[in-house]
Amino acid sequence: MNSLYADLQWLPRAPDDFSERLKSMRDAAPAFDLGTNLQSLARHALNLNQLTKLARVIDRARAERRSLDPLVPFRLAVLSNSTTDFIAPALVASAVRHGISLEVILPAYDQAAQEVLSPDSQVNRSKPDAVLLALDFRALPLTLSLGDGDASCATVAGILGYLQSLRLGIKRHTNAICIFQTFALPVETLFGSLDRVLPGTMRSLVNNVNDALSAYVRESGDILLDVSALADTVGLADWHDLQLWNLAKCSFSDQLVPLYADHVARIVAAIRGKSRKVLILDLDNTVWGGVIGDDGLEGIRVAQGDATGEAHLAVQQLALGLRDRGIVLAVCSKNSDATARLPFEKHAEMILKLNHIAVFQANWNDKATNIQAIAEELRLGLDALVFLDDNPVERGLVRRLLPQVAVPELPDDAAYYARTLAAAGYFESVAFTSEDRERAGLYQDNAKRVRLQKNIGGLEAYLISLDMTITFKPFDATGRARIVQLINKSNQYNLTTRRYTEPDVAAAECDPGVFTLQVRLADIFGDNGMISVVICRADGDRRWDIDTWLMSCRVLGRRVENMVLREILRHARAAGVRTLTGIYLPTARNALVLDHYEKLGFRRVAEEASGITRWELNVETANPPGAPMKTLSLGFRLDVAPDAVDEARREETVR
Amino acid sequence: MTMDEPQIYGRLTHIFRDVFDEDSITVTPELSALDVEGWDSLTHVRLIMTVQKTFKIKFSNAEIGKLQRVGDLVKLIQERAASAR
Repeated sequence: MNSLYADLQWLPRAPDDFSERLKSMRDAAPAFDLGTNLQSLARHALNLNQLTKLARVIDRARAERRSLDPLVPFRLAVLSNSTTDFIAPALVASAVRHGISLEVILPAYDQAAQEVLSPDSQVNRSKPDAVLLALDFRALPLTLSLGDGDASCATVAGILGYLQSLRLGIKRHTNAICIFQTFALPVETLFGSLDRVLPGTMRSLVNNVNDALSAYVRESGDILLDVSALADTVGLADWHDLQLWNLAKCSFSDQLVPLYADHVARIVAAIRGKSRKVLILDLDNTVWGGVIGDDGLEGIRVAQGDATGEAHLAVQQLALGLRDRGIVLAVCSKNSDATARLPFEKHAEMILKLNHIAVFQANWNDKATNIQAIAEELRLGLDALVFLDDNPVERGLVRRLLPQVAVPELPDDAAYYARTLAAAGYFESVAFTSEDRERAGLYQDNAKRVRLQKNIGGLEAYLISLDMTITFKPFDATGRARIVQLINKSNQYNLTTRRYTEPDVAAAECDPGVFTLQVRLADIFGDNGMISVVICRADGDRRWDIDTWLMSCRVLGRRVENMVLREILRHARAAGVRTLTGIYLPTARNALVLDHYEKLGFRRVAEEASGITRWELNVETANPPGAPMKTLSLGFRLDVAPDAVDEARREETVR
Repeated sequence: MTMDEPQIYGRLTHIFRDVFDEDSITVTPELSALDVEGWDSLTHVRLIMTVQKTFKIKFSNAEIGKLQRVGDLVKLIQERAASAR
């Protein structure tokens, strides 16, 4: 079974303590914000058992008349010819994910016609907001008429008449919206491929019914849930679980109930106007492959004919398609503004252009603050936004600080980014209006930058939750290749942009006049690998001069630089150094670190006309604040006896 | 995949608690639908489906129809696991 769909892989995995969390919400005091908390739990990928449990808490809360605000109430009657008892709780729980407090009215098995036609039936008395006709092909009088076009037309017309009569019954007794479903094709054929060619085969009849039903809905203004397409997407052989049909008359696999229920919930949310309206794109490794600030215009991958480039072009293609149907596009990237705009302006292969982007936020602030600024500029709620980013740490941060923003999980392979975004169905709509068609034009030629308000709180707690471990080592043969690569590739977070060859780096490893650091960072999402490199040179009288200090932008905003400085200071003190000196050599790409030394407490001692600045720090008195991460120092022999191996592992936690 | 009985019972206890939403259940060979509140025909189907998925095995409906007590289910899981090896 395809796990992207069956396991709702755009949603984060359910927490291990799902059941415990649910219980504590169930048992919480009346003042507890049950609606919001249940929604945050429902925003994980839940299996059928988990959905069932969550629905039970909703049912109980409703029975106890507890408030489920801010969830929006909706009553949905489900008429079916199959067993829907598994589906009903899944619908209730999936609706919570989409901000809806759903009440499902479920009449007895196989009672569709009786329920709609009798005015005092359970369905008609319950005054539903919508009626879902969850019928499968086995509910239809599909009389085969192999090769007989006239007979097959009559069969299809008869079936459509039956469906319309159900609709009329619903409309006669209630104000409910009617939601039809297309029919998943049965797998088995009589001839093989010819089943599609000949009229009157099962395959032809079901296809014809689906076509006729779609055309009818377009005219009648009802709503269609395209179950046939959903079943085709996951595979008909997986959709139709014959064991389950024979055992319990369930019309499709239990493993696909969470997917189906999410699709129904999307439609209900769309009816209530809760579809999302804005797609915010990260740039590096999302819209293009690579990092524009480091790889440059020629280095990023965004061309046809290149596997990575085509994967990112598919993201652009989908974004542009969404824009054409009225979804507003925005950018949120950690980059300098000019650098981030460069590919849009100069790269011939880019599908997205600046005039497609309504708000363009490229700066070094945290993304939650930027996303909030985008929402304010567009005058839309955070629950109208979707944020697409390849970096799990950025995704986690935005989810934590702005839980209303939808942030899809992405697989490792960029080839599946576009499909995953589409599978999440954030922009599900029940109509396409002229207003939608024109919306994109309102934001033409904009690519506006908006000023940030104050930073959002909660960053520190998020950093703590990352459970980071920073590891310091001197240069060694194992790390050499990566050190050389970083020295020659890093452009943005790089104070001096001095390039060294492999022999240079090898020489530094055993030069007693040189102090070196290679820095790695791990967090709950995994090992980020080597992310920072430092070279200090002994410089006369108890001074160390920082020759090289660079860092990967991927770990920006986590105060890694503070921890690096603390480590340098520790070794400097052990070596009897009194003063640390640094220099900033400006280039076209490293404005990011213009005030690096100032932020770390260095004193500016010189500024040249060229923009070069020189800095000093008193080693004895300096005490830069740390960051919430565990520190490991490995392989230093400075202050430890050669045989005391254990003591060479030094651990420190700064909180 | 080799699995001994205690392991199977351990995993089944976990599954039962999940499906019946009841943390006090401990699965024994003699346990049957009469002993557990809410063990009706539909929950039974959800239970069997969860067992199939967790142990990555499939039963036939004929086999499912013959199950009386948890001991029967464990025997079936062992047979299936053995033939899969």
